[in-house]
Amino acid sequence: MDARRLAQRLRTGLRGWGGVGAMAALCALALAFALLLPLTQSSGTDDAASVGGQGVAQGLQVRAAAKCDNPQDRSLSPSGGDGSTPIIDRIKARKDRRLIVGIDTNSYRWGYLNPNNTSGAPEGFDIDLVHQIAKDILGDPDAVSFKAIPTSRRVKAIQDDEVDMVVRTMTINCDRIKQVAFSAPYFRTGQQVLAPRTSAITGYNKTLAHKKICSADSSTALERLQGDQGKGTLPAGADIRTVVPNQLDCLVKLQLGEVDAVVTDGALAASQAAQDPTVQLKGGLFSDEYYGVAMKLGSLDLIRQVNRTLQNYIKDGNWAASYEKWLHPTMDQGGEKSASATPPEAHYK
Amino acid sequence: MTHPPKSSAARPGTAVPTMPAVPPQPGRPVPPTPTGPAAVPDVVSARRTAFAEGVDRLREAATTEPGRLRIIGALLAVLVVAFGAVTAWQMTARATAADDVLTRSQPLSSDAAEIYRSLADANTAAASGYLAGPQENPETRQRYEDGIRRAAEKLVTAASSSEAGTESAKTIAELNKLLPQYKGLVETARANNRQGYPVGSAYLRAANEQMQKQMLPKAEALYQKENQRLSSDYADAKSFPWAAIGLGLLALGGLAWAQRRNYLRTNRVLNHGLVTASAASVVVLLWLVVGHTVARSGLNASYDHGVRSLNVLHDARIASLTARSDENLSLIRRGADTKVVGGNPVDAYAAGYDEQIDELAKSLTRADGLADDSAGRKPVQNANSFMKAWKQRHEVAQGWNDKGEYQQARDKVIGVGKDPTSECFDNIDIALQTALDHEQTEFKQAAGDGKDALTGLPYGAAVLAVLGAAGAVVGIGRRLSEYR
Repeated sequence: MDARRLAQRLRTGLRGWGGVGAMAALCALALAFALLLPLTQSSGTDDAASVGGQGVAQGLQVRAAAKCDNPQDRSLSPSGGDGSTPIIDRIKARKDRRLIVGIDTNSYRWGYLNPNNTSGAPEGFDIDLVHQIAKDILGDPDAVSFKAIPTSRRVKAIQDDEVDMVVRTMTINCDRIKQVAFSAPYFRTGQQVLAPRTSAITGYNKTLAHKKICSADSSTALERLQGDQGKGTLPAGADIRTVVPNQLDCLVKLQLGEVDAVVTDGALAASQAAQDPTVQLKGGLFSDEYYGVAMKLGSLDLIRQVNRTLQNYIKDGNWAASYEKWLHPTMDQGGEKSASATPPEAHYK
Repeated sequence: MTHPPKSSAARPGTAVPTMPAVPPQPGRPVPPTPTGPAAVPDVVSARRTAFAEGVDRLREAATTEPGRLRIIGALLAVLVVAFGAVTAWQMTARATAADDVLTRSQPLSSDAAEIYRSLADANTAAASGYLAGPQENPETRQRYEDGIRRAAEKLVTAASSSEAGTESAKTIAELNKLLPQYKGLVETARANNRQGYPVGSAYLRAANEQMQKQMLPKAEALYQKENQRLSSDYADAKSFPWAAIGLGLLALGGLAWAQRRNYLRTNRVLNHGLVTASAASVVVLLWLVVGHTVARSGLNASYDHGVRSLNVLHDARIASLTARSDENLSLIRRGADTKVVGGNPVDAYAAGYDEQIDELAKSLTRADGLADDSAGRKPVQNANSFMKAWKQRHEVAQGWNDKGEYQQARDKVIGVGKDPTSECFDNIDIALQTALDHEQTEFKQAAGDGKDALTGLPYGAAVLAVLGAAGAVVGIGRRLSEYR
């Protein structure tokens, strides 16, 4: 009797507390889930991202290794071909018998319209090469129609047949060789640091710590800086937030004292240094890049012809003469020859 | 003559007629009056307030004819004086607002437009001068300097007429800070260009960007602010003086009623005083309504034919200036600045030119629609034909540029070659200036006419109201004297 009464009392007691207890247990469970879920998920996504990132990076590296090692060595040999010249014939058959070339008109010493040049003709290292190519194809170095092509339209202008070729400090890289055909490399360059002469910065090294660095939007320089920042190899406290539309805008910022250093192509850095005697290139090239003449994919005869011109241009000493005239004063610092001072050797496919 | 004058004086028992001469004295027991409502104990009356006592007396007074007459006379005088005072006050406010439109807010709005225009003008001249380089002519240089100087001067006047701490004052301070910076960038661009350094074009781009992205929007905000002030002054000047008109009607109604009452009681048709009061009130009311209506129509005309045209012409001028600086910059930067239009990267300044020319065409069409006479329409139509010529010539220059004939393209733009675009731009600017001058004159004339319609109205209303009130008092007084 007693036991039964006890059990009954227990049951009635539980009837009150059991519900509450069960509710509390459920609540605790739900809370635990809610608290733990983001934890597990975030660690999960982190893992996935890092794994995926590594995977992609490895994949890219593998692909690059397999498909794009030394993109500058993938042009056609000048001596090959079947002797037919459809593209060159078409250029020669033009009513206005001129080669149409896309150039830059704002790169001092490369491709530039000098306001003090009353003839209004562009001038620079790239322009010298264009005249040579025109001379070899059409027999007249001035049989050229220059078209100013913005950086962002270089590939499209070639693909749309707006120009026969682009000679415009254009770097040969793995992405671009899928879109356009390049000549053999005609200039070796790489990323370089530009800073005031009086600055303590000596190159792409720890002297950049706590300095403001300027780079152009969607440039190789910015990619490299962001990459190094991601890897943590960028000097401590270096501020790379100053990004401008055009590399020349970096020189404005440097002159106005808004930044301490500029990172850009060595060739363009030299072009900037040529405009301001109080700034100079600091340290050597810290990456390896090559400029090439870009043409439409499949214009085989034209590519071979341009490579032939390049071969002779370098052999005859015209390349060196042009370098001496436009680039030597700013690229070769203190009697030391820049890595760019020697023409790159051509390796064909 | 039913009531012989003596009859009222033959009631000496009433104490009331002599009372108004002595203001009611609170605290002093009221002498018991035989006609009083009830015998009030002295203790109670001693405690009553002055107001209650006044009301009591008024009530007492209202029971006798002379008392009523006094009250009526006082009310009429108050009504007429109030009418005059409110009219004077309301019309002073409107005349001040109309004067503000003419001499303060419109000139300030014009000044703000002038700041905007001068800045855009300087920017355009800077780009033209840069493109011309060694061939820059002294006029272009002068135009740049003038633009900067005019903007600086107008900023000083704008600063002096804006209250400290207001939005406008802040904007002006910011513009004052930006102007020397801008000039520094332009001069550095020029110096570099003279040496043949392309970094000059980067400086010019920075200057242009500072102008387009920071300074011109601020100048425009200032202009909008001043335009708002102008609109509110217009609204103040044009708002109908309801209170004055209402009071006028009330006063006239009161006078009419008093005269009718007078006629019924005495059979006398005319009371000189009351007639004078009525006439004065009618004159003030008519003057008020007609004057304000004329003023309104003048102000409306000044807005429709002046301010609106001025705004549209101002827009046209800014569009033409921006188109011109874009035309120059597209040849200076040559593709260094691109923007994406329809998925394709295009030269930012070439696209900008097309946009601004369209804007100019639209503004000119609107200005043509707003012009109300041939003197106003002619310069707008001239500007329109110059604009068309400009478009054609620009296409030729663009063709040269696309073909790589930079020298020819440049010559066509800077004005060295045959049929240059600079000529079209200059002609548009001159035509628009003529149109602006014309509309400014029209504005001044119409707004001046409107303002003149209110001249003297406040004083006139005040004087006439005093006259009217005096008339009412005299008129009632004459009736009252018949009771003595």
